[in-house]
Amino acid sequence: MHSNGLFLKDVAGFLGSYYTGLAIMNAVAALILWRKKGQPGWAVTWAVFAGVMMILASLALSGSESLVPSLPLSARTLVNTLSGPMLYTLGTTALFTVLFVFRRFFVQPMAAWTVFNVALVLMGLSMADENFAAIVMKPDNVPIVGLVFLLAFFTWVATKQAVVNDDRIRQGLPPMEKLDDEKVLVWPDLVYTELICMVAVSAFLLVWAIFLPAPLEEPASSVKTPNPSKAPWYFLGLQEMLVYFDPWYAGVVLPSLVVFGLMAMPYLDFNKKGNGYYSIEERKFSYLVYQFGFFELWITLIILGTFLRGPNWNFYGPFEYWTPYKVEVLNNVDLPQMFWVNLLDQPLPRAPQGAGTLTQIGYIFLREAPGLALLGGYLLLLPPLLAVTVFRGYFAKMGFIRYMIMANLMLLMLSLPLKMILRWTLNLKYLVSIPEFSLNF
Amino acid sequence: MAIGETIRNSQIWKSIFRHPMPLDRRNRIVVMLTNFFLHLHPVSIKKQGIALSFTWCMGGVTFFLFLVETVTGVLLMFYYRPTLEWAYNDILALRDVTSLGILRELHRWGAHAMVITTWLHMYRVFLTGSYKPPREFNWVIGVILLLLTLLLSFTGYLLPWDQLAIWAITVGSNMARATPILGYEGPGQQLLTIGGIDMITDASDARFGLLGARFVGEETLNRFYVLHCIAIPLAVALLLAIHFWRVRKDGGISGPL
Repeated sequence: MHSNGLFLKDVAGFLGSYYTGLAIMNAVAALILWRKKGQPGWAVTWAVFAGVMMILASLALSGSESLVPSLPLSARTLVNTLSGPMLYTLGTTALFTVLFVFRRFFVQPMAAWTVFNVALVLMGLSMADENFAAIVMKPDNVPIVGLVFLLAFFTWVATKQAVVNDDRIRQGLPPMEKLDDEKVLVWPDLVYTELICMVAVSAFLLVWAIFLPAPLEEPASSVKTPNPSKAPWYFLGLQEMLVYFDPWYAGVVLPSLVVFGLMAMPYLDFNKKGNGYYSIEERKFSYLVYQFGFFELWITLIILGTFLRGPNWNFYGPFEYWTPYKVEVLNNVDLPQMFWVNLLDQPLPRAPQGAGTLTQIGYIFLREAPGLALLGGYLLLLPPLLAVTVFRGYFAKMGFIRYMIMANLMLLMLSLPLKMILRWTLNLKYLVSIPEFSLNF
Repeated sequence: MAIGETIRNSQIWKSIFRHPMPLDRRNRIVVMLTNFFLHLHPVSIKKQGIALSFTWCMGGVTFFLFLVETVTGVLLMFYYRPTLEWAYNDILALRDVTSLGILRELHRWGAHAMVITTWLHMYRVFLTGSYKPPREFNWVIGVILLLLTLLLSFTGYLLPWDQLAIWAITVGSNMARATPILGYEGPGQQLLTIGGIDMITDASDARFGLLGARFVGEETLNRFYVLHCIAIPLAVALLLAIHFWRVRKDGGISGPL
């Protein structure tokens, strides 16, 4: 749906002030760099960039279809066509990997500032799309946009310090945090910081409350189910997991395991290094596990669930209209079906008519044997196997119980991405499917 | 100046503030020890420990937002009646009629912000390895506080009683239906059958316990209102006290050993 003549008039004021804000921000940056005298080239670059933003601002304020800066329609269509759960997940994983591997490059202030500006301009261009704006500007979704930028910023702040510390530690020097052992009085140093923080947060919250009204939809009606029906935004990662697992696992067991795993973390991480300062190299394993869980399995799934899942929980590209009539092919197959019917060309094992309960259960076991064998191997054989190979050192240091808890938590955490991959490649629905006991996995 | 002097020397002032103005070194130490609100802090602290680039101030901001939520929440409770008849209309009035209806915006956006700052605080604690000994148990309390923050936000989500509210809670609480053994659509619920009578039905399972009914209705509104305004905040307040106390007892703000 791209009849956006009226829409552009509505959004012109916002976009105009958005680009003006960008211009002011970059002009200030240019001024600071110029006065520091170190990097006149960059100062000029950002001054010119600020000028370009002013031009974009005036174009956006016109509100006319031919002038408002936006992504070309062909590009938007291409993004819509290409994007899907698989590309999104693999793409974000690739992005995080690049950011991590080349972190030395990205922590440089000018590199980060460039990435930040590119992201903001892309965001501005996308906001000129009616469908994109409709989702991002939903009042309850605004915090997620904020969250993305805050997380990027704080990850940058932390990584910058970690890179410096890692270099120092390699040279046998103590981390930066240790250099300044000076103690100060809490009054005034900390008390004033707290006061300023409180005032800043209050001001921020007031401005937010004045400019963005809290959402209030029609009165509740238990007979009018909205499509899509979504949980509050912070639970949308969990709702997204329902695509791959049944509610008992995605909605109850996995969330409980997340809480349990977080609580167990300090007792499983036996590495004494990296306590009280930023570092990556000294605790690479725990760092990567946490970042994978937090960014890939929590944050990106929330973004996917909020911005890219529309009616019937179908996937919609960022510039796609959320039509409730989009039909997705459901051709997922259970593993027993694949094994017995497709591979061995036999009917599914079924207990004869009038068989006793035990016989019936026996037949269920037979039918589900391939899935149960795979699962059993994954959860029972893999931990000891890893203990004598990859995790040999960990096993020796952690002892049996701690190691088994860690290994099982890791494997259960990985069950989500593995199931995603199986779904994308083999159209696998369930590994084990026992509807008789509402037990599907 | 003279008036200020007179006030500060008056019996009333001196009875309230047990310490002189913290203008010199000695009194800056005294004030931390004798003031109830300040005594959570130590007297002196490592300079790098309070550097903004190190702490991000996110724990403090989360606590401040909790206070904002408490104050705005109490004020909102004067207006809002948690019944099917009034809930939606009261929120509507807050939006359109009531002066200071902006309290609802402050409360809602403060709640979203609190969820985010809790995550950021936790992220910082992880990245600096501050969950490591001797702070393991405080991290565990922090995880419970994270859970309670999400539950606070979740229970509050229902109160406006609009379409957004009841369907978000319906979707969220439908999960409980699938709880293994205790949910009536969960795996293994058949195990709790005594003498052929099914113990786990849609009127006795985990979801029923959460909602107080078979579906999101007036019982749920009441239940969530009490959880949101009384039960969870009390639990949070208690755990916060322990959380802060343990920060001090476990060696103060973290730093390299």
